[in-house]
Amino acid sequence: MATTATAPAFAPTESYVGESGIWSWLTTVDHKRIGTLYLFTSIFFFLVGGIEAGMIRWQLAQPNMHFVTADTYNQLFTMHGTTMIFLGIMPLSAAFFNYIVPLQIGARDVAFPRLNAFSYWVFLLGGLFINASWFFGAAPNGGWFGYAPLTTMQYSPGLNIDFWVIGLQILGVSSLAASFNFITTIVNMRAPGMNLMRMPMFTWNVFVTQFLIMLAFPVITIALIFLQFDRFFGTQFYEMSAGADPLLWQHLFWIFGHPEVYILILPAFGLISEIVPTFSRKPIFGYPVMAYATMLIAFLGFGVWAHHMFAVGMGPVGDTVFGVTTMLIAIPTGVKIFNWIFTMWGGSIEFTASMKFAIGMICLFIIGGISGVMHSSPPADLQQTDTYFIVAHFHYVMFGGSMMGIFAGIYYYYPKMTGRLLNEALGTWHFWLTFIGMNLTFFPMHFSGLMGMPRRIYTYDANQGWSTFNLISSIGAAVLIVGTAVFVWNFFRSFKTGAVAGNDPWKAGTLEWSIPSPPPEYNFARIPRVTSRLPLWDVTSPRLNAEVPHTARGDRRMDVDAGSKHVGVSHHNPTGEPTQHGESGMHMEPATGKSAAELGIHMPNPTIKPLLCAVGLTWMFTGLLFIHKDKMSLAIALIISGAIFMTAALYAWVLTPLEDAH
Amino acid sequence: MTHAAALEGAQADPHGEHPATSTGLDNKKLAIWAFIGSECMLFASLISTYLIYKGRSVVGPYPHEACDPPTCAQHYNAILNIPVTSASTFVLLMSSLAMVLALAAVENADQPMPSGFGARLLRSSKLWLWMTAILGTTFLGFQAFEFTSFVHEGLTIRTNLFGSSFFTLTGFHGAHVTAGVIWLLTLLAIDYRRGLGPKDAINVDMAALYWHFVDVVWIAIFTLVYLIK
Repeated sequence: MATTATAPAFAPTESYVGESGIWSWLTTVDHKRIGTLYLFTSIFFFLVGGIEAGMIRWQLAQPNMHFVTADTYNQLFTMHGTTMIFLGIMPLSAAFFNYIVPLQIGARDVAFPRLNAFSYWVFLLGGLFINASWFFGAAPNGGWFGYAPLTTMQYSPGLNIDFWVIGLQILGVSSLAASFNFITTIVNMRAPGMNLMRMPMFTWNVFVTQFLIMLAFPVITIALIFLQFDRFFGTQFYEMSAGADPLLWQHLFWIFGHPEVYILILPAFGLISEIVPTFSRKPIFGYPVMAYATMLIAFLGFGVWAHHMFAVGMGPVGDTVFGVTTMLIAIPTGVKIFNWIFTMWGGSIEFTASMKFAIGMICLFIIGGISGVMHSSPPADLQQTDTYFIVAHFHYVMFGGSMMGIFAGIYYYYPKMTGRLLNEALGTWHFWLTFIGMNLTFFPMHFSGLMGMPRRIYTYDANQGWSTFNLISSIGAAVLIVGTAVFVWNFFRSFKTGAVAGNDPWKAGTLEWSIPSPPPEYNFARIPRVTSRLPLWDVTSPRLNAEVPHTARGDRRMDVDAGSKHVGVSHHNPTGEPTQHGESGMHMEPATGKSAAELGIHMPNPTIKPLLCAVGLTWMFTGLLFIHKDKMSLAIALIISGAIFMTAALYAWVLTPLEDAH
Repeated sequence: MTHAAALEGAQADPHGEHPATSTGLDNKKLAIWAFIGSECMLFASLISTYLIYKGRSVVGPYPHEACDPPTCAQHYNAILNIPVTSASTFVLLMSSLAMVLALAAVENADQPMPSGFGARLLRSSKLWLWMTAILGTTFLGFQAFEFTSFVHEGLTIRTNLFGSSFFTLTGFHGAHVTAGVIWLLTLLAIDYRRGLGPKDAINVDMAALYWHFVDVVWIAIFTLVYLIK
């Protein structure tokens, strides 16, 4: 376990300057508080999705079980997928985007703090909206992919799909608003000297992920709008008798859906790319190649969608093209895996809980990645599609990849967020329970799948030969539940009892570790000047940084006039001290306990308006539900009043300055 | 990002209203470009669907050809009225010109007023914002006329695939123009209340980029939906 010998330790309460109370959380525009809100909310939804998974595994533990009905089972697997993807992994990643990215690039907040708050509230209300369906006994039941025409009125009457289609529409607004915000933040708010090729690898992965969100979400927005119009207004987009194309939904959905897979995995790749170098005491191997591989994955990620559709009969040309692009995308992904392994090679590895999860993630992702390459061959895929083999594959990628990466990230960044370390012994228990439970649950699914067990069936017969594998899977799920319980216990216990972290408990090299834990509201009292990729190692461990380029190019591009614009000095320096510190241009900031006002740093005002705007948006969408309850006038009243409320809140927000005049 | 704090660190900024950022561009400008990038995918999805469904409708009316019994239940004319839509396209394109002049007027608001009637007209941000909003509203009027006449000729959003995809695509575009007109009217209200100056140029610039984007999308729609048979 890491010690805090190099950094002076401060009790967290002394360094955290900020208001408390419910109102301060409802009105916050601080990226760290919003990140914390994302973290708690998404852990909650992750547990809800886990309960759904537990019920699925209970139902399938033995043949001919009747724990739930077929209809409830449909709702469970649909909500499990929808919850884990849109309310679990994506917002867990967003928690890290919010908390860590501004710290990593040396900024005091994101580019649009109020828009950031809006994104969170829309996510929360969208998540509650879609889960509210349980209380009406009408949870979505069409699969997380919601294939039309199955989800049109004719085949799916009732509110189930209405909740799904409207809920996803609301959540899309949140993701898109956040993507504009983070693209702007990363392009425009980097500390002087941090050129693109000095950005931390996590920030690089977030940057690329935001482009995926920006370009992929509008496509599902349109697919959902067609479905909404079909369901509510009688259009014919998915009406086969009118000549509609039965593949239209599938194409639109997967043009979104496959980039979405990379939206889920790239942030975890980014976290691993921070954790592996830190605990190997080596700079990451092949930094530029890692950045280019991320971009290449994103680019190719838009050209592989139809590999989800080999079974629909697209013909040999379509199958071949998408088979080849799918094989190609394994190359940049493989490059990343090799670079992580080469980073560890020859390093002095410290097996913290975070590092164990990181190494576990690499192992499990390799398994999921290789079974992915197996389905890139259309003839092989035809044997595997819609079987438990596919379920095994994507759980190795999503749980073994994304979730293990996120757990690694939580152990790594928890001290930065709370000022205290998570308990390492409990973390190790959590790791081994999760690692064993995960393999026990999902590895047998490869076999049950190859033996012909289809996905989404609510029960099976004893003579089909799947009983043993299903029982093992269900035992594995129980182990996972125990592991997750250990994690939740550790997470809440360590708030009070964890060891005090200090600035830099892991002796890491990036900017977020140069400031106190938890950081003060303004993050950096003095904005650092960045002269290498691992600026903090220039101060704490220069020997490790010897082979990292320290070019002067970034420095010459600071503080200059380019065209008519002044470039580079983006921050005020309230202490008035010279910004250069020795040769490195970096410094470690002690916890002073001073507020922003005392230092003369202007921070944005808290405001309730983004929350009101999000309420108006959700209210407006909720109105649509009543159309199918034959309450047309109530629906119209809700939609119009919601729109007016949202617009009024939006005007009040936009016409109020971010900060007080000074 | 603390806007004003950044200003203090950036005395060298020639205008004094832009915070010095990593790129020298205003945050709002990057954000609106990101938004427009996203909108491209939105309209690309709508236009692709229209094109995929072109010629797949099993009942009339059709966009470019008339339809008579027994193929159709009754006689339908070709629906699209290209001369009228050419006129509305011209109106929308001219609104972009007015938008350019409005932005220029706002950017130069603190320059001394030139002599000469034409030169003074060009310096009126209110005139050109009004002009843009009115031309945009005229375009919407054309669209309302177009939609009602289509309904009278027997084409609604429920009639066939052409109706569904056509009304959804052009309706989405119309909704974007409507949002743009509301945005312009908001800028006008601010202009009347306290006057728009160079420090507001970024806000007008955002509206202008959005407006031009909506125009460019219409050029694609007009070409692909109306002109190509």
